[in-house]
Amino acid sequence: MGKILMKGNEAIGEAAIKAGCLNYFAYPITPQSEVAEYLSRRMPEVGGVFLQGESEVAVGYMLFGAAGCGARVFTTSSSPGISLMSEAISYISSAQIPTVFVNIVRGGPGLGGILPSQADYFQATKGGGHGDYRLLVMAPDGVQEAVEMVMMAFPLAEKYRNPVMILGDGLIGQMMEPVEFPEHLKSEPSNKDEWATSGMDTRNSKERNLVKSLFLDSELLEAHNLALKAKYDLMKQEEIRYEPYHIDADYQVLIVSYGIISRVCRTAIDILKTEGFQAAMIRPQTLFPFPERAIEEAASKDSCKVVVSIELSMGQMVEDVERSVRGKRPVHWYGKAGGDVPTPEEIIDAIKSFITLNLMNS
Amino acid sequence: MAKTFKKPEALSDQPTHYCPGCTHGVIHRLVAEVIDELGVRGRTVGVAPVGCAVLAYNYFTFDFQEAAHGRAPAGATGIKRVRPDLVVFTYQGDGDLASIGMGEIIHAANRGEKFTTIFVNNTVYGMTGGQMAPTTLQGQRTTTSPAGRDVEDVGMPIKIAELISALGTPAYIVRQAVIKPKYIVRAKKAIKKAFQYQLDGKCFSLVELVSTCPTNWGLTPVESIKWAEENMLPYYKLGEYKTPEQDEED
Repeated sequence: MGKILMKGNEAIGEAAIKAGCLNYFAYPITPQSEVAEYLSRRMPEVGGVFLQGESEVAVGYMLFGAAGCGARVFTTSSSPGISLMSEAISYISSAQIPTVFVNIVRGGPGLGGILPSQADYFQATKGGGHGDYRLLVMAPDGVQEAVEMVMMAFPLAEKYRNPVMILGDGLIGQMMEPVEFPEHLKSEPSNKDEWATSGMDTRNSKERNLVKSLFLDSELLEAHNLALKAKYDLMKQEEIRYEPYHIDADYQVLIVSYGIISRVCRTAIDILKTEGFQAAMIRPQTLFPFPERAIEEAASKDSCKVVVSIELSMGQMVEDVERSVRGKRPVHWYGKAGGDVPTPEEIIDAIKSFITLNLMNS
Repeated sequence: MAKTFKKPEALSDQPTHYCPGCTHGVIHRLVAEVIDELGVRGRTVGVAPVGCAVLAYNYFTFDFQEAAHGRAPAGATGIKRVRPDLVVFTYQGDGDLASIGMGEIIHAANRGEKFTTIFVNNTVYGMTGGQMAPTTLQGQRTTTSPAGRDVEDVGMPIKIAELISALGTPAYIVRQAVIKPKYIVRAKKAIKKAFQYQLDGKCFSLVELVSTCPTNWGLTPVESIKWAEENMLPYYKLGEYKTPEQDEED
């Protein structure tokens, strides 16, 4: 199958189907309602389940129920809707149910705006819900990568029995790009019979399964949290993904940026190169686990003078970048938080100002 | 000697944590008997609430999921939509169903999700210590209505069976009681009829059960039965409120 031109939201919906996920529960919210509109037509075509729930709160629990009995299921939403799902995400994480969430991030906080944003970084990576849980968080930089990440998300969710969150944004959701759907990934044999409430007869078992998150006994709850942490530690070892750009060169500035704005940064780096100024970029593709050591290593290059985290927010990922760099280089933040995407020229100006600042301070 | 009465297969051996005189034990048993009689234990999934029955899953021997407070009808929707062959029920109390979960139950009923809801109405929030519920009666004292429910301030108690019956989608909605043997017999019939509608793939079903909470009412179990008969039955009237056949006749 060759490349086809698809709108991001629709491609995301099709990617789930291609990944063998035939169950979708969702609630309309700008800028991702097109996913539900597309799947309301497509799911019946492939014999799948489509249901528009009455709220994102309810949808979160529809996912709990459906995935809890062993089905592959996902939802899409946008920032305020993800806030509503955050309670369910905490419960799902504790009950260890594989699920996939796609957040087409919009401006916040509150009702905010409908233009692109990256201000849900904290919510996704540090937990929007309560308790000691983490999500495996991936961030595509365009429609093609969004498709690949959606298809990867299901086997990953099942491997770790954990929710996987994909952070897109309004631009990725709305723009049309050529897309090629990868071959359907082979999943590991499922261990769902061990835990899913699929009905004892379905499993040919006399043992019933229980999907829950309540552990009133302190020792049991501690053991449970230690088991969850072990999973997250394993994710940190095995699932870090990032894309370097020009880190072989002798760069003065290391940019860390993800998603749609990383594409603008790439253009900025190319323009600076024509002016004889070297910059490089590490583009995290997983935000949790975060490529800490790769960033630290890239920042430690002798030629590197400053590190700049460039985000469509008031600066959230910058804290993880600072932590990764461990004080070896100054870390700055540049970004916008209203929905406008900086131009390459604005990014270049920001980079030059940080270099000037660095010269003045040294 | 022939065995004529035994614990249902669907009920576990675990002694329950419920208070003396609590009707959860009765209701658990009725549900378990019905599941045994219908022969569906191997394909039943229960959804437990947050409330005294949060540990309900310890007392049944089939698949169970825990739901967050009020969300059981959404969880049950998810299960039943992806596995319509499973027998799915939610088990919920006043706070869970009629307060925080009001949106979820109304929409699940309105969509006609084909699961069964067992609604335990004892007019208070039991597990958290007896606070006022949407079903607390006018003038009834609770820990958050110490002077008695003031309907001028917080409105009238909600009649769930009537409310859900007002929706247009065909359903089986019934209210019975479990406070005395004569009522328990009728309650069991209602529960069985509700599950049968589900097995027939017919409609959503809700069985509201007038129940007691001696601990939080501050009464003995025997006094509670009297209080429920005198105060709850005149307001929460028993009977079938809606059947799918009646909609077909209209």
